[in-house]
Amino acid sequence: MKFNKTLIALLVSTSLLSACSDDKKPINVTDNVKYLPNRTTGASTNGFNNGAGVNAYGLNTDGMSGAGSGAAYNDPNSPQAKVIYFMLDSSEVQPDFLPVVLAHAQYLVANPRIHIILEGNSDERGSREYNVALGEQRARSVANIMKAHGVSDSQLQTVSYGEEKPAAMGSDESAWEQNRRVEIVYTR
Amino acid sequence: MNFFKLIVVCTVLGFNISSSHAELTIEITEGVESALPVAIVPFASQAAPVDIRNIINADLERSGYFKMLAEQGMPRRPSTPAEVDFNSWKGIGQNYLTIGRVTDNGGQYNVEFQLFDVYKGEQLLSYQMNSSAADLRKTAHAISDMIFEKLTGKKGVFSGRIAYITSNSLGNRKWSYQLQVADADGVNPQTIATSNEPIMSPAWSPDGKQMAYVSFERKRAAIYVQTLATGARTHVAEFAGINGAPAWSPDSTRLALTLSKDGSPDIYVLNLATRALTKVTNSLAIDTEPTWSPDGNTIVFTSGQGGKPQLYMVSAQGGNEQRLTFTGDYNARASFSPDGKYLAMVHGNGNHYRIGVMDMATRAINVLTSGPNDESPSFAPNGSLILYASKKGGTGFLSAVSIDGKMQQKLVFNSGEVREPAWSPAP
Repeated sequence: MKFNKTLIALLVSTSLLSACSDDKKPINVTDNVKYLPNRTTGASTNGFNNGAGVNAYGLNTDGMSGAGSGAAYNDPNSPQAKVIYFMLDSSEVQPDFLPVVLAHAQYLVANPRIHIILEGNSDERGSREYNVALGEQRARSVANIMKAHGVSDSQLQTVSYGEEKPAAMGSDESAWEQNRRVEIVYTR
Repeated sequence: MNFFKLIVVCTVLGFNISSSHAELTIEITEGVESALPVAIVPFASQAAPVDIRNIINADLERSGYFKMLAEQGMPRRPSTPAEVDFNSWKGIGQNYLTIGRVTDNGGQYNVEFQLFDVYKGEQLLSYQMNSSAADLRKTAHAISDMIFEKLTGKKGVFSGRIAYITSNSLGNRKWSYQLQVADADGVNPQTIATSNEPIMSPAWSPDGKQMAYVSFERKRAAIYVQTLATGARTHVAEFAGINGAPAWSPDSTRLALTLSKDGSPDIYVLNLATRALTKVTNSLAIDTEPTWSPDGNTIVFTSGQGGKPQLYMVSAQGGNEQRLTFTGDYNARASFSPDGKYLAMVHGNGNHYRIGVMDMATRAINVLTSGPNDESPSFAPNGSLILYASKKGGTGFLSAVSIDGKMQQKLVFNSGEVREPAWSPAP
């Protein structure tokens, strides 16, 4: 538990640092790529994968209090912070992306008049309507975490475009992993 | 606060039928080995606006069943039965011969043709029909259907139409999406709906007069039913979450569809007259892509309840659910043959998604295509061909395969990405 807490705080601050430094950059796909879950290297990913997701959610409330003052995630316009990537055929939010989701949740709790749309997407493989359903489940996973952290139902809307709006073209793993995503869109 | 900025996205939606310049061309990639030699002589014609002979020739050639004789190889150009000399056609190895004439009756055209068995010296078909200039292509396809049926014993599918979705990049990760309908030979593509948000899942009504489809034009999913002749449409489902995968009941009174308004995606049946909704499936996993058996009693759908997508069957009123597929780690998007004996599906193994067809009597699956990303199978109304979407080198195109897998055609679209083909039902 103790280990996880430290790790999350560490992850959040690392993310914040990079988010701050990249703040002025225009939105582009390559910026997002480095936030793809790293499945082969990196202690953080391995550590989190061993722990249950539920633990991580509880811990993050503590972790976030420090992060809240940190700034970049307070500005959801920060380009890197608006896309959450998923594993193949999965709608589970990977631990790497919990800090992003929670930063937005905290921002929304603090600003109850602000609304977002969670846009779920999938890669091109398999059938199109099944992919719409998969994208919907991804958007709901993110919504559920946000709701569990106090975001009001009325602030959240979900939509799934399935494979109809790819972020990256091409039929290879690098395109596919950029397309399995939920985009957080602020509406007002 | 710049992130408060409301982004106004303009959606362009065309209700009227408009002509499009993009056309499909069809190539045979694999034909039947024993293609029959057939000669179709250019029709004697008084300046008909359409070359009927070329349309029939292309239809029959594309079917893969026939080896068509080129015009240059013809010994003579008879246009009446009296002019036919069977020996001259026998001599160059032709089994069948078609001749015809088009006469202009002041705006209306009279089209006559005969089909002969060259070896027996026998007339097999002889018809005449009247056609307006605008309907001459239709008349030519109708003749193709008659010849095809006479020579193969199977109903022709040349008079049908196909619906499909195209998308064109507008740059900066934006696209324009079109729902189009074209003749079965890819000619006369007409856009029936267009939007800068996705359009998906076109489904013909059983009488071929209406189309149900999914449109995200209001930045959320909704199902519309559009009358093809007028472009008028009604919006039949727009619940929170998914509104997807519409499928007409065989009696046209209901639509099966996927909704996620109560949580996980489930199959519902919507009565189009009363708007009453019946929930048909109730798993916590994804249930989607319903298709009706032709008798209207059961619905086959894709479900993720076993971990991976597999096909299940349920009574159209709900209940009696049973799993249908057990081989392959991905079986989805089923489509029944018109006689209900076969079920086409996307059959995935590893990273390969191909079109498979299940024999409903034995439940055995025969894989027909080579992948790697084949999807959206749709039966031709005669049940002998399956139209589907493929992707190679990042571009989507349409293909057709015979249900024994022996014959394949590729339909090449000259611009953009084309997918989700749906063959119109039998007239």
